[in-house]
Amino acid sequence: MSRYFTQDHEWIEVEGDTGTVGITDYAQGQLGDITYVDLPEAGATVKKGDAPCVVDSVKAASDVYSPVSGTVTGGNEALADAPELVNTDAETGGWLFRVTLSDAGELAGLMDRAAYDAFIKGL
Amino acid sequence: MVCHALRSCVLSEPEENFDEEQPVEVMTLPLDAWHRARGGRMVEFAGYWMPVQYEGIIAEHLWTRQNAGLFDVSHMGQLFVSGEGVEAALEAVLPIDLATLKPGAVRYSLLLDDDGGILDDLMVSRWADGFYLVVNGATKWDDIAHLRMGLPDEITLNHLDDRALLALQGPEAFAVLAPLVSGEQALSALSFMRGAWVTLAGAEAWISRSGYTGEDGFEISVPADAAEQVAEAIAAAPQVRPIGLGARDSLRLEAGLPLYGHDLTPENDPISAGLAFGINKRRRSEGGFPGAAHIQQGLSAGTPTMRVGLTLEGRQAAREGALVYAGDVEVGRVCSGGFSPSLNHPIAMAYVAAAHAAPGTALEIDMRGKRLPATVTPMPFVPHRYYRSGAVT
Repeated sequence: MSRYFTQDHEWIEVEGDTGTVGITDYAQGQLGDITYVDLPEAGATVKKGDAPCVVDSVKAASDVYSPVSGTVTGGNEALADAPELVNTDAETGGWLFRVTLSDAGELAGLMDRAAYDAFIKGL
Repeated sequence: MVCHALRSCVLSEPEENFDEEQPVEVMTLPLDAWHRARGGRMVEFAGYWMPVQYEGIIAEHLWTRQNAGLFDVSHMGQLFVSGEGVEAALEAVLPIDLATLKPGAVRYSLLLDDDGGILDDLMVSRWADGFYLVVNGATKWDDIAHLRMGLPDEITLNHLDDRALLALQGPEAFAVLAPLVSGEQALSALSFMRGAWVTLAGAEAWISRSGYTGEDGFEISVPADAAEQVAEAIAAAPQVRPIGLGARDSLRLEAGLPLYGHDLTPENDPISAGLAFGINKRRRSEGGFPGAAHIQQGLSAGTPTMRVGLTLEGRQAAREGALVYAGDVEVGRVCSGGFSPSLNHPIAMAYVAAAHAAPGTALEIDMRGKRLPATVTPMPFVPHRYYRSGAVT
C-alpha cells in the first residue's frame, strides 16, 4: 500500500489496482466546516484531473480532482449523514471515493508524504 | 462563481463570499494584531486584512445565536455630514425623510443612481450637529466621491477613518455591554435603531442598538487607538467570543439581510430587492432623490423580478450565480446561498420572476447540471430578535 498526494491537496491510497481518494487534513483545515459532499456514482469513468466530486463547506463549493484515471467503484456512503467526517478524519474515515486505476503509471507524477509536507510548508 | 478547484480555495483563501474588488496593497485595521493573537485566520476583504474565522464558522455562528459574538467591521466607512442646510442636502442624495429621524435615531437608507440602481446601502444616524453614516467597506471610496459630487460645497463630508467599528451581537450582548457603559441614560433605554454617546471601557463611543445578524446587539464606534482596550474589555466576558466574516455572512443570510455586491448591485432597484421601506413615505410622493421617477414607477406598477428566500431540500447548497428554474423555464438567479447552521439545511436568496415569487412556490436550482428542489420562503429564515421599545414590559 502506498499513499500519494497532489498539489491540489488530494490524497490517493493505492492497493493493487484500487485507489481510495480523499482530501488532505491541511485542505480540510483551510476549507472549514464541511456540510455536504457530492460523490461520484459507481461506474463513472474519470480521467486524471477530472472533478468527479464536490466538497461543500459553509463558505464555498470546491471541486475535488481525481489524481488518476479509471473507473469509480463507489463513494463513501458514511458522508451522506456525516459530511463532517471530512473535517475530523480527512485522511482516514473521511475518504471520498474509490477508483480502479486504468494507468498506474500516472502515480509517478504524484508526491509522497514527505514531498507533500514540504509543499504545504512552502505555501 | 459557483465552484472552485480545491486548490484555489486552499491557496487563495478569499473566494466567492469575499471577492470584493481589491486594491493592490492590502491595508491593516486597528485590531489586526488582536485578531492574529486570538487565532483569527486573516484574509483579504474589501482591501483589508480581516479575520474570516477563528474556531470555525459553524461554531462561531451558533455561539452568536446563543451567547454573544464580537465582530470587527472597521473596514466599513464611517462618515459625518454637516453644515448649513445639511438636511436638505442629504435628502437630495438619499431617499430618506430626515424630518422624522429623531436625535439619536438610526435609519436604513440607500444610495441610488439616476436609474434607481443601488450603489450602496447604509445606516444614517442623527447626531447633534449633523448626520453619521455607515457605508460598506468595499464601496466606501466610491460612495465618498458620489456623495461629494452630490452635496453642495458648504456641506462638509468627513471620513472618520480614525475610528474603529465593532459589533456585539447575540442574546447576551446587552448583559455584557451594560456594566461597561456609562452615559446620560441607561443602556436599557436604547431600543432597536437608537444610538447614544457613552463612555465604554474608558473610551468615548457612539453605540447604536443595531446589527447585521438578526439578533439583539450593538454597533460600537470608537477611536482607533482605543479599539484594542474596548475589544479586550468586551471579550473578557465569558459570554463573548470573537467572530469572523464567515459567520457574519451565514448569520446575515439566515436573517434575510442582503449583502451589497451580491444581493444588491446597480442592476437591482430597491423595490425588486424588497427594500421599499428604505424609500421613506414622504419621499415616495415628493420624489427629489436620484432615480425617483424609476422608483415611483416600480412602487406603483411592481417590478418584473423580486428578491426571495429559498429553502433547499437535502444538504447541497446553492451558490451565487446558480440559475433558478420553474420546470424547464429559467425564472431567476441565486444571489446568495449557503448552509444554514441554525436550521441545518441550505438556504439561499434569489431574484426570481414576480410570477414565481409567492411563498410556497416550488422551484429548482441548477447546480452543475443537478436540479436542487427549493421552495420560496418568507424571510427572515431565522426570526429576528431585536429589542424594540414597548416589546418588553
